[in-house]
Amino acid sequence: MTTTTSPAIATSRKQARRDRRRRLGPLGVLSHVALAFWTVLVIVPILWTFLASFKTEDEIFGDAWSLPATPRWDNFARAWEQAHIGQYMLNSVIVVFFSTFGTMLLGSMAAYVLARYPFRGNRAVYLLFVSGLAFPVYLALTPLFFVVQNMGTLPLIGPFIGLNTHGGLVLVYIAYSLPFTVFFLAAFFRTLPTAVAEAAFVDGASHSRVFFQIMLPMARPGLVSITIFNVIGQWNQYQLPLVLLTSARDKWVLTQGIAEISTAAGYDADWAALFAALTLAILPMLVVYTVFQRQIQSGLTAGALK
Amino acid sequence: MRFITGFLVLPVTLYLIYVIAPYVQAFYIALTDWRGVNASPRFVGLENFQRLFGDGIWWKAVSHNLILLVLLPIIVLVIALFFAFLLNAGGDRGGVAGSKVYRVVFFFPQVLAVAVVAVLFQQVLRPDKSGMLNAPLISLGMEPIGFLSDTRVALWSILGVLVWQAVGFYVVLFSAGIGSIPRDLFEAAAIDGASRPALFFRVTLPLLWDTIQVAWIYLGILALDIFAIVWVMTAEHGGPDFSTTVMAAEIYRNAFEYFKFGYASAMGVVLFFFTIGFAILSLRLSRRERIELS
Repeated sequence: MTTTTSPAIATSRKQARRDRRRRLGPLGVLSHVALAFWTVLVIVPILWTFLASFKTEDEIFGDAWSLPATPRWDNFARAWEQAHIGQYMLNSVIVVFFSTFGTMLLGSMAAYVLARYPFRGNRAVYLLFVSGLAFPVYLALTPLFFVVQNMGTLPLIGPFIGLNTHGGLVLVYIAYSLPFTVFFLAAFFRTLPTAVAEAAFVDGASHSRVFFQIMLPMARPGLVSITIFNVIGQWNQYQLPLVLLTSARDKWVLTQGIAEISTAAGYDADWAALFAALTLAILPMLVVYTVFQRQIQSGLTAGALK
Repeated sequence: MRFITGFLVLPVTLYLIYVIAPYVQAFYIALTDWRGVNASPRFVGLENFQRLFGDGIWWKAVSHNLILLVLLPIIVLVIALFFAFLLNAGGDRGGVAGSKVYRVVFFFPQVLAVAVVAVLFQQVLRPDKSGMLNAPLISLGMEPIGFLSDTRVALWSILGVLVWQAVGFYVVLFSAGIGSIPRDLFEAAAIDGASRPALFFRVTLPLLWDTIQVAWIYLGILALDIFAIVWVMTAEHGGPDFSTTVMAAEIYRNAFEYFKFGYASAMGVVLFFFTIGFAILSLRLSRRERIELS
């Protein structure tokens, strides 16, 4: 049946769309002008940076809109090696991998229990987590610095989670990502049907088994959204590493590395390498985003739509 | 019960140590004269807050945050609503041709780190012919604009960059909102002869009110929490001559450059009350105007 009706529907849709276009007329053209204007506004600074990363120092300080005479690929080599962009990027990957994994594991565990198990104090614990959304992180900076410093003096694990360690930063990222993750996932777990879990309990499955083998797979769409949210948020974080990794340059994350080249270097800075470093920081993000744009858009806007 | 504690113990412990404890301590530290890493804090009551009151730089920071708090949400909301409406052509799913491409491109700045955007625009806004924006001005024989070096201009450059980065997110957010409005509403209005502006103001806007309210609060908090863009992009971290400094930058500067922990925490407490006050105020104000249609 569908095969016979669908062409008719398709033509009527096409017709309708054409009608609408005609009706929009000059307004439609104006829409495109406005939209194209913003597109240019967004893309040109980024493309200009890409272009500058192929220039020599003299070309960069010459006319901003000139093209490079020959593409200088060595700018990228210097950014990667001498400006340590390769190292910083690796650090960012390591930190974000562990912190997002930890955030998702601990966040979904807490959210699941709070959403599905009524017990005394449930509401209080939930509100404790959610209240974290109301506090500006700047209020906590000083005490947080000393908390992490003190954690560093603990026996055995201290050296891995103190100041200037990736472990310390990972734990802080997890803790500060919990409020939103718990808030979002608790709401999500509440919407899931209970029948499957109950059937599993009847079959003798344990609580944790039901969580890991039934509830988590069922919560996949919510987990994907919030994972993307956390990956991007933690990848782009600048304030916390600035405070917690100050004196260990080899531990720095990418945002710190990029900011450092431009702020500290001053007059004898390697500007060509700076542009190359910027390109190296921007391009992968845009490629990944373009490939996963649907998931990323819905992941980042998920919080605001709830 | 054992299962419940087992699942909660790690997240709650981590959260108490790294989030709750620092916040609670911050309120106490704000009442001390703690200065320097090794000094011991002494209770001084509200002295820090009194000193804040007469601190010219702090007032500058507060006023900059307030200017941005008013302007950033308005500008971003107007631009984003405009584009979201154009992209969805009044609620139609398809929208204008290429609406998907526009949406993808508009969102680009949102996936970039603020610190990276700050360095990018530091180059774009250079004051000489090597700056992307000043090069054409100079070749036209005009005076270059000191986007980041002129104390009268620098704050507006900050605002511009913030708008540049934020608009795409809200276009996508509002597009999703418009997409979820039932089509018949638009069709019914169109049959009744509603013009496009009428469609926008009478149908789209009232039905998007909840989303706009959330967006307003997000943007307000964004304006109160500005740090990286100022710290990385401007000269002297909030300069020139403190013309772009903001509360978060002063908190960081006082805590980790001057080591005035007590004073910086007092600043943090003020910022906290600004945030809470703003959230409560905007929820109150917007609820009264809310329109129930569904």
